[in-house]
Amino acid sequence: MIPQDMARWHMARRRAAPTRGPISAFLLALSAAALLTSALPARAQDSDKEIHHPMLVTRTGPYATGATGVSSGQQDYFALVNAQGGIGGAKIRWSECEFGYETPRALECYERFRGQWKVVYPNSTPAVVALSERLAADKVAGINPGGNRADATDGKTFPYLYPVVANFWAQASSTIRYIAQQEGGEDKLKGKKIAFLHIDNAYGRGAIPVLEALSKRFGFEWKSFPLPLPGLEQSAAWVDIARRYRADWVIQWNYGQSCSVPFTEIQKVGFPVERFIGTLWCGSEEDISAAGDLAKNYVSASYQGVGTGFPVIQEILGKVYGAGNGALPRERVGTVAYNRGVFTGIVIVEAFRNAVRDHGLPLTGEKVLDGLNKVQLTKARLKELGAEGLVPEILLSADYHGGVDPQVFQRWDGKTWTTISGWIPPYEDVVWEQIKRSAEAYRAEVASKK
Amino acid sequence: MSEITVPSPPARRTAPAPTRGSVSAAARAFGLAALLLLPLAGDEYWIKSVALPTLIFGLAALGLNLVVGVAGQISMGQAAFMAVGAFIGAIAYGRYGLPLPFAILAAGFASAAIGIVIGLPSRSIRGLYLMVSTLAAQFIVLWLLQRVPWFGAASHGILSIPKLALGPVAFNTPHARYLLTLAVVVPLTLFAANLVRSRIGRAWIGIREREIAAEVLGVPAFRYKLMAFAAAGFYAGVAGALVTFAWTGAATVEEFRLELSVKLLGMIIIGGLGSVLGSYLGAAFIVLVPIAISIALHAAAGLLGWSAVNAGTLANAEHLVFGLLIIAFLIAEPKGLAPLLLRGLDAVRNIIRPSFRRAGAGPQGEKE
Repeated sequence: MIPQDMARWHMARRRAAPTRGPISAFLLALSAAALLTSALPARAQDSDKEIHHPMLVTRTGPYATGATGVSSGQQDYFALVNAQGGIGGAKIRWSECEFGYETPRALECYERFRGQWKVVYPNSTPAVVALSERLAADKVAGINPGGNRADATDGKTFPYLYPVVANFWAQASSTIRYIAQQEGGEDKLKGKKIAFLHIDNAYGRGAIPVLEALSKRFGFEWKSFPLPLPGLEQSAAWVDIARRYRADWVIQWNYGQSCSVPFTEIQKVGFPVERFIGTLWCGSEEDISAAGDLAKNYVSASYQGVGTGFPVIQEILGKVYGAGNGALPRERVGTVAYNRGVFTGIVIVEAFRNAVRDHGLPLTGEKVLDGLNKVQLTKARLKELGAEGLVPEILLSADYHGGVDPQVFQRWDGKTWTTISGWIPPYEDVVWEQIKRSAEAYRAEVASKK
Repeated sequence: MSEITVPSPPARRTAPAPTRGSVSAAARAFGLAALLLLPLAGDEYWIKSVALPTLIFGLAALGLNLVVGVAGQISMGQAAFMAVGAFIGAIAYGRYGLPLPFAILAAGFASAAIGIVIGLPSRSIRGLYLMVSTLAAQFIVLWLLQRVPWFGAASHGILSIPKLALGPVAFNTPHARYLLTLAVVVPLTLFAANLVRSRIGRAWIGIREREIAAEVLGVPAFRYKLMAFAAAGFYAGVAGALVTFAWTGAATVEEFRLELSVKLLGMIIIGGLGSVLGSYLGAAFIVLVPIAISIALHAAAGLLGWSAVNAGTLANAEHLVFGLLIIAFLIAEPKGLAPLLLRGLDAVRNIIRPSFRRAGAGPQGEKE
């Protein structure tokens, strides 16, 4: 630079200075953010001493109340496994990525920890669906217990997705079996009227084909009462159900807030609460506590046991909470969401164990995928783990990803849930028929037309 | 891209400042080169988590900006238009085997058609009332997508697509997906920038500023408003198709809930109403800043030692910081990020070429 230019340059700088305040701050902030973003996804490889397990969590937003229980339940179980010496000498180290139940954030989280995932459990159907292409590319398993895609039971069609437990066709059919038991046998179902109260979306209508098939088999009548989203206005539907249709039983497939709306309506129309059965997604403390005493004697389904009366939960209370390492306030241990987390933790740790046994440390997503396909939670194994009654028998394979499983039923006493039944199996033939039909439709969707 | 907020009057266009033209042409060439070279430089994280969402949501925000920022009609149904595009694109490509470009176009035109229907109430209602009617559209469209079996979402709310290919070219790497997105987004963005400066754009601005006056001057307001809704629908539909094709690989209803419509509105308000550049800046802000905050907070927590920080507190702090940032930026520049950035660029130009300040003083003063 020749001196003349230098002088001009300095003058320009001084002249421009007043406008540069907020702008340079903005640019600085942007570049700082950019630097951080590039610096942080450090692709640390797992060492032999630990299993790094990234987790997608929802600790903020409307879904956080239940979701925190599910994440923390898993973490407490990992902490228990660590306290007992870990897996093959390696401790599980988990790190959280908060995505707030937002799919774009979940995709970002996945990329941030790409190459480090062992098994992906966002506890959100939209997220797991949006992730499935990436999971397939990286050969990592995505699990969504009890949720979509329900037809992922067919491991041949969906090699990387796992419903793990009762899919929603199994949930619907074991609910009908429970009602039959209450009536005193399947033959007593004939002529009974079942009202199906549900949110009018794909999830809410999921049970319909099963009800259709079973009503033909057992001769009961059923009718759909769809609620427009978000399903908070139900008074017309309830007047219809109780006065005009005169239902013998009502099954609800709502979600979140709409689960607790029926209890005030039930009071108004005078329908007996004990003949009102909820899906497992309307069966946690968070779903029902708003209704409190009004919901007394309400029964809901669940894919895992509730309460602290299982040896494994007692061990968590002793070894993890006793040492002051619990992830949640002690009162939430044993709630539905928490136990669901422990349940998932048990399945994941079994997959880790199988992977370490067959392929050795350090673990990768592909090794864990194989480990998940070998999960054999038999009665004997569940007894060893202290999870009898908490977890049903789960026997996975590469072809069968879980889904045709039993449920337990639990009753609300105004404050807590108590399990009131054993494992009630689904009508397997009906469930398989739906799985096959749906998986076939999927194969047609993804088959190239050229 | 820079001066579209207020189109310069004809007199100005006949005698533009020569330096300014060459500088902005250079800037444009530089921007395009940077976009094209990003896949070579950055790793997959940057493409999949930063570039793709910014471009795709930016495109949808740009469409919304045409109807809200330029034509002055409030719409809260943009996410529903995206959903239509996502599903029509997936159906056209997967079920009917249309080649990829035509599938994307079909998605755009289907959404544009829905946009015209949604825009019909704008004949007689305006402002908040119009907003409520577009809000209703958001719910109706999503409900129809899940209710009508033809859309393929009736049983799971999901429609998957076959492997992505155009003739012999397979779009199976992030780089290919990125180039596909770029090939769609860049022409559409340039088209929008020109559209706003065209006769149509001037008519829209006239309607936004004073509808009756525009009609008196011979602008058929209703027809132009429908065009704005159609344009918004087209851009959203194409963006929705890109979500399916380039980003997630499946069309799902759940992704396009009302929250997304609200976010898109947030993007154009933060980015700059009526600004093409602002649509992308706003999208980048809404999509990327929470991620940057999250990473920064985690890094800070990592330095402090994990045991010191509660994971829930950290997650909530993200929202707090993000909210504060929005307020700070809107106070610094209520017109959005685009004017803020342009002012910044002008300052940089002044440093590089002091003589430019004198030459470009006219248009700059006019913009304020």
